[in-house]
Amino acid sequence: MFAYIVRRLALMVVTLIGISIIVFVLLRIVPGNIVDILFDAAGYVDPADKANLQRDLGLDQPIAIQYLHWIWGLLHGDLGYSYVSEKPALDEILPRIPITARLAGLALTFSASIGIPLGVLSAVRQGTRLDYFLRIVSLSGLSLPSFWLGLLILMASVSLFGTMPIFNPNPKTWTEAIAMYCVPAMAVGFRSAALTMRITRSSMLEVLRQDYIRTARAKGASESSVNFRHALKNAILPVITVIGIEAAFLIGGLIVTETVFNIPGVARFLVEALRWRDYPIVQNLVMLIALIVVLANFTVDMLYAVIDPRIRYTD
Amino acid sequence: MAVVNYDSELRRAGAHATHGWRRITFLAKRYVLGTIGLTIMLLFVWTAISADFICRFDPLTIDSAHRLARPSLLHWMGTDSFGRDVWSRIVHGSRISLAVGIGSTALGSSIGVMIGLASGYLSGWVDLVFQRVTDILQALPLLVLALVMTAALGPSLPNVILAIAIPLIPTVARVIRANTLALRELPFVEAAKSIGMSETRIALRHVLPNTIAPLIVLATAQLGSTILTEASLSFLGLGIPEPYPSWGRMLSESAAEYVRIAPWLVIFPGIAISLAVFGTNLFGDALRDILDPRQRG
Repeated sequence: MFAYIVRRLALMVVTLIGISIIVFVLLRIVPGNIVDILFDAAGYVDPADKANLQRDLGLDQPIAIQYLHWIWGLLHGDLGYSYVSEKPALDEILPRIPITARLAGLALTFSASIGIPLGVLSAVRQGTRLDYFLRIVSLSGLSLPSFWLGLLILMASVSLFGTMPIFNPNPKTWTEAIAMYCVPAMAVGFRSAALTMRITRSSMLEVLRQDYIRTARAKGASESSVNFRHALKNAILPVITVIGIEAAFLIGGLIVTETVFNIPGVARFLVEALRWRDYPIVQNLVMLIALIVVLANFTVDMLYAVIDPRIRYTD
Repeated sequence: MAVVNYDSELRRAGAHATHGWRRITFLAKRYVLGTIGLTIMLLFVWTAISADFICRFDPLTIDSAHRLARPSLLHWMGTDSFGRDVWSRIVHGSRISLAVGIGSTALGSSIGVMIGLASGYLSGWVDLVFQRVTDILQALPLLVLALVMTAALGPSLPNVILAIAIPLIPTVARVIRANTLALRELPFVEAAKSIGMSETRIALRHVLPNTIAPLIVLATAQLGSTILTEASLSFLGLGIPEPYPSWGRMLSESAAEYVRIAPWLVIFPGIAISLAVFGTNLFGDALRDILDPRQRG
């Protein structure tokens, strides 16, 4: 088990190094950096000024040196400076994380609390009209773009209340807090709820066919006891994988939803930084996302061993 | 004792439907949702092919006299802020969604197949290197990787196709690799070896064809997500550039301000995206049940 964990951690480091190289190179393969963009916009400027600015930003050095400089800073907690705001990248990124984290947490809670019970219901009633209806709902959940769902919610809010919610990071009343966080979280979480439901359904169907379920029924266990205590307990493993992976991959939905609802979170910040070619922000945000993904995968695998005692990792 | 009517039972199980039209009608009856999905997909392809014949207006012509016109008999879905006909833009937009959907799925799958086959068949250090590469590519969500790539390569149709294709590679490679590893141990591969067939020939002629079924299932499932990703990229302004009518782009132009004054600009493109993706998802599910019964849920 210990050897397995060490190996996994080593592979995580390899993956993160790979991501850092890919992102660093990708952002620099296009000709033209921030200095060119600024100077192009300003018209003719003294070439000496341009060279000075490039030196200040370290853009005149070979790409390998620039890369090592970034990694060295990263390991010491120095993320560089944003080109646009000229503030330390860390100060720009950190305050935006709690907003996105709250949205992601709420979205996952929403998707688990809706997706799991409906998935169980759909499996228990397999082949009925209810099952068909729930399956179509879950498939449409996977088909609606989350930004469109967000726009539809805004539209409903305009026609019902005559106004659109404007994001306020510190809501005063609890109704405001619901409008600020829960509504966008539902727009993001709808897709994961649909996915959770699908996986719960297929996993439950597999378990419900097994012999011990028949035994449980034969000894007179109640229907709810069979479904929840016997079946769901064993069907939950794939569901946990999906929720764990969704926790990291939710960022895709968060990017568009934060844009629609105008929420100043870290996901929307990535798009803004990409538009401005603010490389220090982009590369650090991408590393943050990659770190969350590999940690989520690792946590899911470790949770397996905790939940299912039959699973033991050996090397 | 229960009387079993073997004829009707066999008929219900599809024993009479072995080939041709009978098989198609049998499958269509059995997988109603899949048939609906296929119909939507065919409609979508037909729209893309005959886009020039089914709309009255040019999707790019600006008509400032009719800006933000409500849906009417002339403009079925209204016009946008430049006075362009929304119906023509949606019809022509199907071409972009279809090009990106098919283009990036085909590109991502073919690279994925090559990597998966090489990885599973050659094993050793080739496998090790490819495994690490897929690990790395899988550490970023599809949209994030595609966003960074389009931002780096610049917004254009080929770049969007490439940017969406690359994140698809690892999933395909994993599935093909797992299949290849299992197939490699089977007697028919051993038989091929024993008659002196070359490794490349075995891999391409005997192993590869047996991975086609899971590949088709996976590719259909990915088709929907490529269409969604293109829509998201264009919505964020980093996908297909103006003035081409991409469905996601149409929503970004309208977005929040038009929610109030021109809801038709928000409703119709969204329906188009959802319907296309819904169709591929329905069809993909049925295809999985038919081709890969082990995964049936």
